[in-house]
Amino acid sequence: MNVAYYPGCALHGSSNDYEQSLRACLETLDVQLKEIDDWICCGATAAHVLNQKLSVALPARNLALAENKGFREMLAPCPMCSMQLLKARKALAEDEALRRSVSEIVELEVRGDTQVLNLIQLFEAIGLDRLKAAVKAPLGSICAACYYGCLLTRPASVVEFDDCEQPRSMEKILEALGGKTVDWNYRTECCGAGMTMASEQIVLELSHKILSNAEAHGANCLVVACPMCHVNLDMKQVNIERHYGMRHAMPIYYLSDVVGLALGLKPEALGIDRHFVGRA
Amino acid sequence: MAAGMDTPPSQLIRLLQLGHAETALRAQAIWQCVSCQTCTTRCPKSVDCAGVMDALRQLSFERGVATPEQRRIVLFQKAFLRNIRRNGRLNELELIGEFKFSTFLHGRSLSFLLKDAMLAPELMKRKKFHLVGEKAHDRAVVARIFARCMDNSLL
Repeated sequence: MNVAYYPGCALHGSSNDYEQSLRACLETLDVQLKEIDDWICCGATAAHVLNQKLSVALPARNLALAENKGFREMLAPCPMCSMQLLKARKALAEDEALRRSVSEIVELEVRGDTQVLNLIQLFEAIGLDRLKAAVKAPLGSICAACYYGCLLTRPASVVEFDDCEQPRSMEKILEALGGKTVDWNYRTECCGAGMTMASEQIVLELSHKILSNAEAHGANCLVVACPMCHVNLDMKQVNIERHYGMRHAMPIYYLSDVVGLALGLKPEALGIDRHFVGRA
Repeated sequence: MAAGMDTPPSQLIRLLQLGHAETALRAQAIWQCVSCQTCTTRCPKSVDCAGVMDALRQLSFERGVATPEQRRIVLFQKAFLRNIRRNGRLNELELIGEFKFSTFLHGRSLSFLLKDAMLAPELMKRKKFHLVGEKAHDRAVVARIFARCMDNSLL
């Protein structure tokens, strides 16, 4: 299986453990990632809060790069990227004049016909049965709080993925791999996302609530599919503990970490040893 | 998220309906908003509140932000866009340096400048720290896209 790959800046920056994890995992499953040639940043939060046109043009250029190579599907493992790509795709599909003008702006014809997949959708496309058949080490010791955050399921009209209030897609994958999951309240609450740098207090408060709720419902780890969620919950966990004077010691896994572990990969091969919070 | 805002999304929408755009633009909330899309998702009247937040921020940015509290977040977003305009992709280290320096120039304390500095060795230990960031090859096209979308002097 070949799939176009838009890593986005985070996965080539300080979230390179996420890229290591999903590459190792997908290689085992015989999925070849074809990185989009000379991709550029999707604009993330900064573009859509400061300039509307730019927030469409930057993702549109990347859509065009994928389309021109004939790719029908593209993996964007960062939900910020995938949401921005899908939002641009939708805006272009609904407005032919905009599509033409954006094509001129980005110097490439953008059709907007490449489907953008998040990591959960890629695992679904591979198939739960195939995942199940490939399990070498069932996730017996894992009791996970699956955390979706904001942009995997929202806005629903843009991402059209799972149920935006009660998503279950990650739980289904984990359960297929022999893991347990908990019912809890904060699975679609926000962790503060890209405010880490500019407004840390917001992140500490939101992330503390998420960790506390997962703990209270008996989870022994959190599973995420977003680089920003991982930064806020893993890297910032020590700041959260210091600020609130209590210890969480909650390991935070990327979805591809737990899938990879079930497939028999070593934690080091998945980059789990590079997380901030160690395994219990 | 709305719980920590001076003016929650529902009240911002009401202010706009009543024509009080200037009051809405002065609200801290428009820059506190993390774009989590919860308000848009749950609005019983299907108002795209998060989209309205974007529109308010874009207006506020073009006119010059109202309050010093709002400025730090705007400085961060501006530094982010300048970084992409220059490199095509985000260079985290440059962004942090630029943001810290510009907030320092705007009167933030030395402790804010140095805060998080201890993270560098921790990130390095985990091979998550890149002294030289990635760049897109065709950076000229990125600069042209920026020039066609916005007044470059705003950044």
